[in-house]
Amino acid sequence: MSWQQAKLSHASQAGPAAIYPHWHRRAYTILGLLIASVGVVALATTIGSVQIPFFTTCRVLFSQLPLVDIAPTWPSTTETIILEIRLPRIILAGLVGAALAIAGATYQGLFRNPLADPYLIGVAQGASLGAVIGFLLPFDWPGMWFGVIPLLAFTGALFSVAIVYNLARVGKTLPVTTLILAGVALGALWGSIVSYLIITSGEKMHGIIFWLMGSFSLSQWSEAKVVLPYVVVGVAIILLHGRSLNVMQLDEEQAQQLGINVERLKLILLAAATLITAAAVCFVGTIGFVGIIIPHAVRLIWGPDYRFLLPLSALSGAIFLILADLVARTALAPTEIPIGVITAICGAPFFLYLLRRKKRAVFF
Amino acid sequence: MIKLELQNIWLAYSGKVVVKDVTFQVMPGEMVGLIGPNGCGKSTIIKAISRVISPYSGRIFVDGKDVSKMPWGDLARLLGVVPQMPLLPSAFTAFEVVLMGRNPHLGLLQYEGARDLAITWQAMERTATQSLAERRVGELSGGEIQRIVIARVLAQEPKSILLDEPTANLDISHQVVILDLIKNLCLENNLAVVIALHDLNLASQYCDRLVLINNGQVHDQGTPREVINSRNIKEVYGAEGCVYAHPVNGLPAVLLKSGSNKHVEVKDTTEGDIV
Repeated sequence: MSWQQAKLSHASQAGPAAIYPHWHRRAYTILGLLIASVGVVALATTIGSVQIPFFTTCRVLFSQLPLVDIAPTWPSTTETIILEIRLPRIILAGLVGAALAIAGATYQGLFRNPLADPYLIGVAQGASLGAVIGFLLPFDWPGMWFGVIPLLAFTGALFSVAIVYNLARVGKTLPVTTLILAGVALGALWGSIVSYLIITSGEKMHGIIFWLMGSFSLSQWSEAKVVLPYVVVGVAIILLHGRSLNVMQLDEEQAQQLGINVERLKLILLAAATLITAAAVCFVGTIGFVGIIIPHAVRLIWGPDYRFLLPLSALSGAIFLILADLVARTALAPTEIPIGVITAICGAPFFLYLLRRKKRAVFF
Repeated sequence: MIKLELQNIWLAYSGKVVVKDVTFQVMPGEMVGLIGPNGCGKSTIIKAISRVISPYSGRIFVDGKDVSKMPWGDLARLLGVVPQMPLLPSAFTAFEVVLMGRNPHLGLLQYEGARDLAITWQAMERTATQSLAERRVGELSGGEIQRIVIARVLAQEPKSILLDEPTANLDISHQVVILDLIKNLCLENNLAVVIALHDLNLASQYCDRLVLINNGQVHDQGTPREVINSRNIKEVYGAEGCVYAHPVNGLPAVLLKSGSNKHVEVKDTTEGDIV
């Protein structure tokens, strides 16, 4: 009896409990990754142009928690560096990473296509077009960043996903080739319109170009506070629909026959994923590949069940982007590497590997 | 008590009428076969009952309730569907796919409980798929996938089951395995079963009643003995069929005579005339 047969017969004797993991077992993985992400935040806060000992960092961070009373034994400049300079940047990187990764996982699940990613399908470019139009509006008032620009970015992104989805669909399926072609073409179109707008934007040009490059270098608490509600609401909506996304992996007809209201589900999830993509793009510009690498890596390690894939992707995306930003600001310090360079160095080879592997497609 | 009822159904695909005024009923524990030539509207009728497409006229009742007014979840608890060529996500295990049958019974944030796992496991036992439970469905053969999908429908615990040519891609021994399974499930669970079949002999052997469809219309319906006869076969398929009694159970069976299709003959003679 081979090893595999032995394992199978063991399972059939033991019954379903031996085959199907109880949710506790999977919840521990989520908890573990949550603790890891807190550790990564602390680590990233320690490292920088001014070296702060790890334990000092931890104590400064802990002292900010409610009900914790630690007498400050550190200089106030240390506290300023940690709390006002590094932490907002790290939190924003984490939020954006989580947003892009879970949005990528959602698009992949909805389109049943392993290469769907906010950047490859043109959604992020649509969001940046919307945001650039917002920058160029001839008026300026304080609420701009909280409402108008995110709303325009969201509209642009939603518009793009609708166009790409309808262009790329062949009957009931969404083939990789048409999806990528439609996404890349539309992304290029939006990109060229953005370029044109920049050229003609006059004195605002410098700011827009800087924003488009994708960077966390100007992050402040105010930005993190604006992104946070969008990401929390979007992620919460998506997390509620994990099991429905599993059933959607069959196909739309079978999903309907298993009790899913497919059209409503598509609308809700596309809106939620697009909302968080737009919020992320609004504040940090374009950062590619997070939405494609992270969900696939999670799938390879922890399996395809969306109820766990989605939260694990969000946490892994946060960890990945915090670490990528750490490399971006420290590797060539004091020069900053654009974070898109780091994510592309990690992401592009992985993407090519996926394209090759798609032929067998055993893990999607 | 009628489980499934179609009342004067008219269906159209992109403006073209494909099903005209179809009416039939299915009782619990009864297996009704939809037969007819390719493209006659069998699959379309199956899709209409499962609400994938809506009729522009007529009504469909499942368990006495109008299908068009039912939420998707309610319908899925009453009606299970085995599609013709089910696409399954290759990375999921067979057990996970069968477990998806529990979806209509679970709330938004509910995780499958011990009862759901037990029902799933039992459904796999009845379809002889327990040994496949941990395999990824991407590695399974056509017959195994068909059994997995039937297990999924059982896990759904429906009152009625629709099957669209479940044996189309299987060799003859697997055809018998699948149809025996469906027949037993139908009798044991008192299910109302509608099955589209293109093989007249299998339809005759397994179904309690047959609905013969031609050009989207009901040509004839009744027991296999009433429906399968050489006149109907000539009228619907345009073929010269030789209908005889099955040597074991006496049910009608069909043998075809080669070169007997009248369409082919007509075409040949006209060509001959031109020459």
